Amino acid sequence: MLKCRSVWKKLVPLARASSTLCRQNVRKAGLNNGRIVRAPAAQMSTGPAGGGRENQIYVVLVGAVCLGGVAYAYHTLKRDQKRHEERMAELSSRPHLRGAEKTAVPTESEPPAEEATETEAVPEPEPEAAPSPEEPSSPAPEAEAAAPGKTTEPLPADETAVEASPEEAVEPPAAPVVEPDAPVVEPDAPVVEPDAPVVEEEPAAPSEPSPVDLTEPTPAPVVESEPAATAAAETPAAEPAEPQPEVVAESGAESTPASSKVPSHTPYLLIGGGTASFAAARSIRARDPGAKVLIVTDEPDLPYMRPPLSKELWFSDDPSVTETLRFKQWNGKERSIYFQPPSFYINPEDLDSAENGGVAVLTGKKVIHMDVRGNKVKLDDNTEISYDKCLIATGGVPRNLQAIERAGEEVMKRTTLFRKIEDFISLEKVSRNIKSITIIGGGFLGSELACALGRRSTDSGLEVIQMYPEKGNMGKVLPEYLSNWTTEKVKKEGVKVISEALVKSVTCKDDKLEIQLKDGRLVKTDHIVAAVGLEPNVDLAKSAGLEVDSDFGGYRVNAELQARSNIWVAGDAACFYDIRLGRRRVEHHDHAVVSGRLAGENMTGASKPYWHQSMFWSDLGPDVGYEAIGIVDSSLPTVGVFAKATAKDTPKAATEKSGTGIRSESETEDTAVSPVASSTPTPAVEQHKDSYGKGVIFYLRDKVVVGIILWNVFNRMPIARKIIKDGEEHADLNEVAKLFNIHED
Amino acid sequence: MSSVREEGKDRIIFVTKEDHAAPSSAELVEEDPNDPYEERGLILPSGEINWNCPCLGGMASGPCGTEFKDAFSCFHYSKEEVKGSDCLEQFRAMQECMQRYPELYPQEDEKSSETDQTSQDSASAETPGLCS
Repeated sequence: MLKCRSVWKKLVPLARASSTLCRQNVRKAGLNNGRIVRAPAAQMSTGPAGGGRENQIYVVLVGAVCLGGVAYAYHTLKRDQKRHEERMAELSSRPHLRGAEKTAVPTESEPPAEEATETEAVPEPEPEAAPSPEEPSSPAPEAEAAAPGKTTEPLPADETAVEASPEEAVEPPAAPVVEPDAPVVEPDAPVVEPDAPVVEEEPAAPSEPSPVDLTEPTPAPVVESEPAATAAAETPAAEPAEPQPEVVAESGAESTPASSKVPSHTPYLLIGGGTASFAAARSIRARDPGAKVLIVTDEPDLPYMRPPLSKELWFSDDPSVTETLRFKQWNGKERSIYFQPPSFYINPEDLDSAENGGVAVLTGKKVIHMDVRGNKVKLDDNTEISYDKCLIATGGVPRNLQAIERAGEEVMKRTTLFRKIEDFISLEKVSRNIKSITIIGGGFLGSELACALGRRSTDSGLEVIQMYPEKGNMGKVLPEYLSNWTTEKVKKEGVKVISEALVKSVTCKDDKLEIQLKDGRLVKTDHIVAAVGLEPNVDLAKSAGLEVDSDFGGYRVNAELQARSNIWVAGDAACFYDIRLGRRRVEHHDHAVVSGRLAGENMTGASKPYWHQSMFWSDLGPDVGYEAIGIVDSSLPTVGVFAKATAKDTPKAATEKSGTGIRSESETEDTAVSPVASSTPTPAVEQHKDSYGKGVIFYLRDKVVVGIILWNVFNRMPIARKIIKDGEEHADLNEVAKLFNIHED
Repeated sequence: MSSVREEGKDRIIFVTKEDHAAPSSAELVEEDPNDPYEERGLILPSGEINWNCPCLGGMASGPCGTEFKDAFSCFHYSKEEVKGSDCLEQFRAMQECMQRYPELYPQEDEKSSETDQTSQDSASAETPGLCS
């Protein structure tokens, strides 16, 4: 009805316009004629001929529009009906939640089986007792046996009960329609019968015990789906019964229980369960009250933060750290690497019905195909989820060295590509049981791991080697003098550094790995950690038709992080346009938070470009730490302004002072917490012979500051951010450095 | 005295405290208070609450997000003499919700939770299905 009306409303102005046009044409024609034949006045008036013709045309037009409207409405309803049927069929083909009942019968036959049930219902009113649960070969009794247990969809039960009655009445005429299906399930028919009386009884005897009531939902939607040809008007009622398909889905063959918990539609779909995704979820929930957000991740874990995996977790004194994944900071404050405990999230199956919405995480599922035009994705178990807005935050996969990949299984077994929780757990275990470990890679991850393991080596006697092609640690980030200084620090942490090392081949001999370098050196070790970069995950680019950037990798998105109409990308996988600094792709934690938050805002209608510059930091042991922002590329000219450092200028002291556990918090998260009083300063006072104790380093591009490193100078990021945002040319960078008060705390 | 050194394309300046004693002559662009893109604090220039403020943590987005928003909004717009005194109902609802998720909203104030134990118990007993 409403559809009809709305359609009519839409078409009326058109009708009016077209009829007016017609009338005008008629008049014009009349006028022309009038000049030649008759007086205009006569023509203008609604004389019999002209007037009649006018009216006729008008009536015809209006009539046509009416018919068109009705036809459209009918067509739409039919289509919806068909879609509903299709969805039902698909859902019923989904595995059964209750594993108790086993059946060998394929679930595809479920709907037809139910339909056949219906046809049997009327002709065979056998007053058999309702449930006969133990009939493995029959899906239908399962349906009723399952249904009593599954009472999550009680609400439309009444509705469907009401529906069922008119359906039943419609039954006999519908029976011949269903006939073609019946022969298909003939073998099942006699077995299916026990269900029949249940259906039969339901409208007749409402006084039936509850198990029967609950079986109503099961046959009812099927009842509705089946007489498609006859009861088009009934179909809107089929829609409210939508939740019922969940129950129908139960009555299928047993398989993984998780699939049946997947909602078929979610307003917000986030692909990937990492930092960017979680930040987006939070942002969406904050801005759209009652939003329902579904996160789909192929990892088994809930969203967690990655930095502690290569830093704080290694410094933990707790022997069970690999299980708890909690770590104590310098100030004693403990937290988990998980952003939120499990109670924060709701179950995927409850997402639809959650009154105030929520965030649900579907773990262990991978999105393998994306249909952008249809606004839906397909998982690796073939379930489909449709969405309104989608975020791709798939991050990346660690790169590997060709030499290692070629080397065979024995070498691969002894190699860790470090990224996830499971990598941390396995490496932690391995590092306890071996004598020598080699880290290949001199960037953030490699250096942090080397330092972390190096610290352990003092207790365990583990030999820690770090090798990389650059001249010094962080060679691609820090200017050479600082890179050299950093390398010395890393060596002091107990790491054997082999710089300018290019790996030629790796072999496994007598349970030991032999790394052959291009310059002839041979390194023998027990285990390798490869930290040679990240390959952004763009698996969905092909199916979704998304552009992949050839320079930086990752999905190409605009300044608002949008790839296509309802698709955004954030985090490591996003190659975005930074208004200030140009197109880039950033692989840092804070960027994941900032971009995830921005994507969430834009998904809820904000249309904000990437504006708030993200930062990053690194701690190479407790005495060397820096925070950085913008483009920090060692190939750019730099200007460094340094002062002498005191014991107070270490990462340890910085966290103690600000009262936050880790600096990832102080920048992006809770600042409402009152700071903890700083504890006693570090006992040993570092004597910095070398002058690079603390300072500020500016990275320049065409005389404009595009990147800043705060070297052992903390909590001044806002000033750095401001300077980058301004994008001004400063004549004397020493003056700019004054703004940072590097000599103060 | 500050000293300057050049190492290829990189310039290194060492400064003492005295060198940096004088105020900076560097000019910064004036901030536009109405910049729509800028990250905002808790209260937006329009006076509304910025629910997406990082300072709120997960409060507005968690399971008790709706209750929190109601209570906090009520408080924010309260014109009473004792601000928020007309919002007791919302705060009570929020507290009840939070008690159901002790993991997420740890009850840090032990003393008050003890004294309120009886009233809370009865309250929570009444609201099993309130916020589903």
